[in-house]
Amino acid sequence: MTELNATPDVASGRLRAEEYAENFSDLHPRLEPHEAYVEADRCYFCYDAPCMQACPTSIDIPLFIRQISTGNEIGAAKTIFEQNILGGMCARVCPTETLCEQVCVREVAEGKPVKIGELQRYATDHFMNAREKTPFERAAPTGKTVAVVGAGPAGLSCAHRLAVHGHDVTLFDARAKLGGLNEYGIASYKSVDDFAAREVDFILSIGGITVETGKRLGEGLDLADLRGRFDAVFLGIGLAGVNALGLEGEDKDNVIDAVDYIADLRQSDDLSSLPVGRRVVVIGGGMTAVDIAVQTRLLGAEEVTIAYRRGQDRMNASEYEQHLAQTNGVKILTWAQPHAIKGENGHVSAIELERTVESDGKLSGTGEIISLPADMVFKAVGQTLVASDLNGSAQAIHIERGRIVVDDERKTSLADVWAGGDCVLGGEDLTVAAVEDGKVAAESIHRALMA
Amino acid sequence: MADLRSNFVGIKSPNPFWLASAPPTDKEYNVVRAFKAGWGGVVWKTLGDGDPVVNVNGPRYGAIHGKDRQLIGLNNIELITDRPLEVNLREIKQVKRDWKDRALVVSLMVPCEEQNWINILKQVEDTEADGVELNFGCPHGMSERGMGSAVGQVPEYIEMVTRWCKTHTRMPVIVKLTPNITDIRKPAQAAHAGGADAVSLINTINSIVGVDLDAMAPTPTIDGKGAHGGYCGPAVKPIALNMVAEIARDPITRGLPISGIGGVTTWRDAAEFMALGAGTVQVCTAAMTYGFKIVEEMIEGLSDWMDSAGYSSLDQFVGRAVPNCSDWQHLNLNYITKAKIDQDLCIKCGRCHIACEDTSHQAITSLVDGARHFEVIDEECVGCNLCVNVCPVENCITMESMPAGEIDPRTKKVVDPNYANWTTHPNNPMAVREAAE
Repeated sequence: MTELNATPDVASGRLRAEEYAENFSDLHPRLEPHEAYVEADRCYFCYDAPCMQACPTSIDIPLFIRQISTGNEIGAAKTIFEQNILGGMCARVCPTETLCEQVCVREVAEGKPVKIGELQRYATDHFMNAREKTPFERAAPTGKTVAVVGAGPAGLSCAHRLAVHGHDVTLFDARAKLGGLNEYGIASYKSVDDFAAREVDFILSIGGITVETGKRLGEGLDLADLRGRFDAVFLGIGLAGVNALGLEGEDKDNVIDAVDYIADLRQSDDLSSLPVGRRVVVIGGGMTAVDIAVQTRLLGAEEVTIAYRRGQDRMNASEYEQHLAQTNGVKILTWAQPHAIKGENGHVSAIELERTVESDGKLSGTGEIISLPADMVFKAVGQTLVASDLNGSAQAIHIERGRIVVDDERKTSLADVWAGGDCVLGGEDLTVAAVEDGKVAAESIHRALMA
Repeated sequence: MADLRSNFVGIKSPNPFWLASAPPTDKEYNVVRAFKAGWGGVVWKTLGDGDPVVNVNGPRYGAIHGKDRQLIGLNNIELITDRPLEVNLREIKQVKRDWKDRALVVSLMVPCEEQNWINILKQVEDTEADGVELNFGCPHGMSERGMGSAVGQVPEYIEMVTRWCKTHTRMPVIVKLTPNITDIRKPAQAAHAGGADAVSLINTINSIVGVDLDAMAPTPTIDGKGAHGGYCGPAVKPIALNMVAEIARDPITRGLPISGIGGVTTWRDAAEFMALGAGTVQVCTAAMTYGFKIVEEMIEGLSDWMDSAGYSSLDQFVGRAVPNCSDWQHLNLNYITKAKIDQDLCIKCGRCHIACEDTSHQAITSLVDGARHFEVIDEECVGCNLCVNVCPVENCITMESMPAGEIDPRTKKVVDPNYANWTTHPNNPMAVREAAE
């Protein structure tokens, strides 16, 4: 046995077909009607409900739960869509344990919140299975045009609300499919059965939205040009760049950006064709780190380690996500930062990590190096705004700390440009926050155009 | 260990838990299973005379459910026994022979002709059953033929038939009353006047349990139509308790033995009926929901409670709550309470606030110093108890009585230590004044 493998142990088809199906099935299958009624009955219909305050999109949670309990699932879904047209996806991906369910009085009282997320999924799924189209009607055409750049949660939310108000929207996206991270980023087991694409169709059913895919800002799409052609522009362009580790050996084979691999995984028709390492190390501490770690485990990786440079309580991944990783057999190694990537024949064979300590809020390496054998290393250390895409021509948009600066109405420094989602400063990097940005911006655009 | 033996108008049973006249007591097979399970007695499902009745062959029951399908109320349109009289009589005789220590009462419903009653009483006597219960209660089907509640709604008929029965049988006669009347005391007084040994109540309440909004018909629906039925189960217990209490404290019927019926599901329900004067209780819906085994919980629970409360026999607590059943006009108007919210138990759902704010007296805060906080405003609290009732946390809100001598912040008046009620209140135009002249 060689100390370091000369050929990488990276293989596809590690599992049997039924194991892939089982591993990538729905994390939380939809509640059955009886389960939903019993769960809905647990809601106290609180006055000035804390859950509603905690929801970034201010969904009237007590009302929709009460509607479920009376057998009015369609009405419940309308209540949700009224505030959040991506209520279906948010029901799947929202970290409810740190939002609505964290402040549920039953969480406070007995540690068992009402399952708000699962009830929201129950209602929205019911609606989307029963009805072809969004419940909203377009207002009379205003003759105003808006360009929405980026068809992720922020862009979709904005486009839908603008269309409802009667404006004509052109929705641009760089990729072949709409949905942004919903389509290319969310962990598979949170969005099965092509839900992201179905939700996009549902949103577009409002009408008045022209889609142009394969159009990337900075590549044939120019902000100054858009400002000239449209009455307003909304930027929901996300974070297209990925951070590098800045290490020697980072260019070796099988050192991969997690977001790229996840996108491939999400678009794969046959998971058994995806090569995955036997030993996987993930660098990072956020949701993406957990998503890649769990999914490589589910693809058959034997040993998966998340290496994070600080303590577990500092990880951006929620406690629930950390727990999900650990129950899936992912090891979380804390106080360890990447030091060097080792390889053989051009591919990675191990990663060296340096132990860290924190004193007076400053993180520093201790000099102690540990080496983890690795057939694959995933980088999940954050994404960045590619500012050059924005400011290729004409007037520059105001950017701070690598994000677009917006006001409360999601207005940028350019008079006719709004922005929202991950690309703006002060955001929470949450789907639901992006949806709210899009909605708030759409209302602001509407006011501006109709003034 | 408490003694649960019951002697109800001379009918002895090892415990006060009887099965009411209903589907569970329609035949030997069921009754024997009930006795094996431990039931103290049964009232055999109502016998009629002539050709057996026929029942509908569509659904006979409808229900009100909680969200977890907890059965809260049951409605039925089943009639009296549809089996031949001689089969029932033969089985009754056999069961009584085999189960001498259990109470076996036979429910009867025949047309309002003296000879019909003479005939059926004779036949029941031959079975050596312990007594008869006159079914003047069924609100559906039989009432359309001049029986059941059609008799129970006319006190004169009750008295007449009761008297016939007392004249023509040595057996104890229990008169089962319908709640589908305006004043339960009137039929009870009539039964008493006719010489009844006891009354049992309540029979089922006229009801439509629901409407099928697709079929636009009441449920249960039989070929597109529905008929009103008899409502029973936990939902009717408060109505039954009141009617039992009314009879127990009425000057004319006071002391008349009562067999309490209506939503008895647990030992506690039974104890409540008994505290209001019932010597035994009769159960149906709970058994139909859960099976006969529930009697084990009832026996153990009643026994344990009696032990802990210091009662060694049933007669020590039967009727103990009757003297405390009063009328509104006699309640103490000087008794003043204020709601108090235990902040450690409060989960901040705000239901007390919104109930009080929207529908009552604006006496509970929602914000204090900008923070979500629910606290009673004593200056506004009238002590109505609504907040206690809507609070999801037991004992979080309690009603605290104000000591005499303190000043009620709402009225600014000193709490009077003396009892005073409406009959003497100055605002009452009918007030009884101290003799001044």
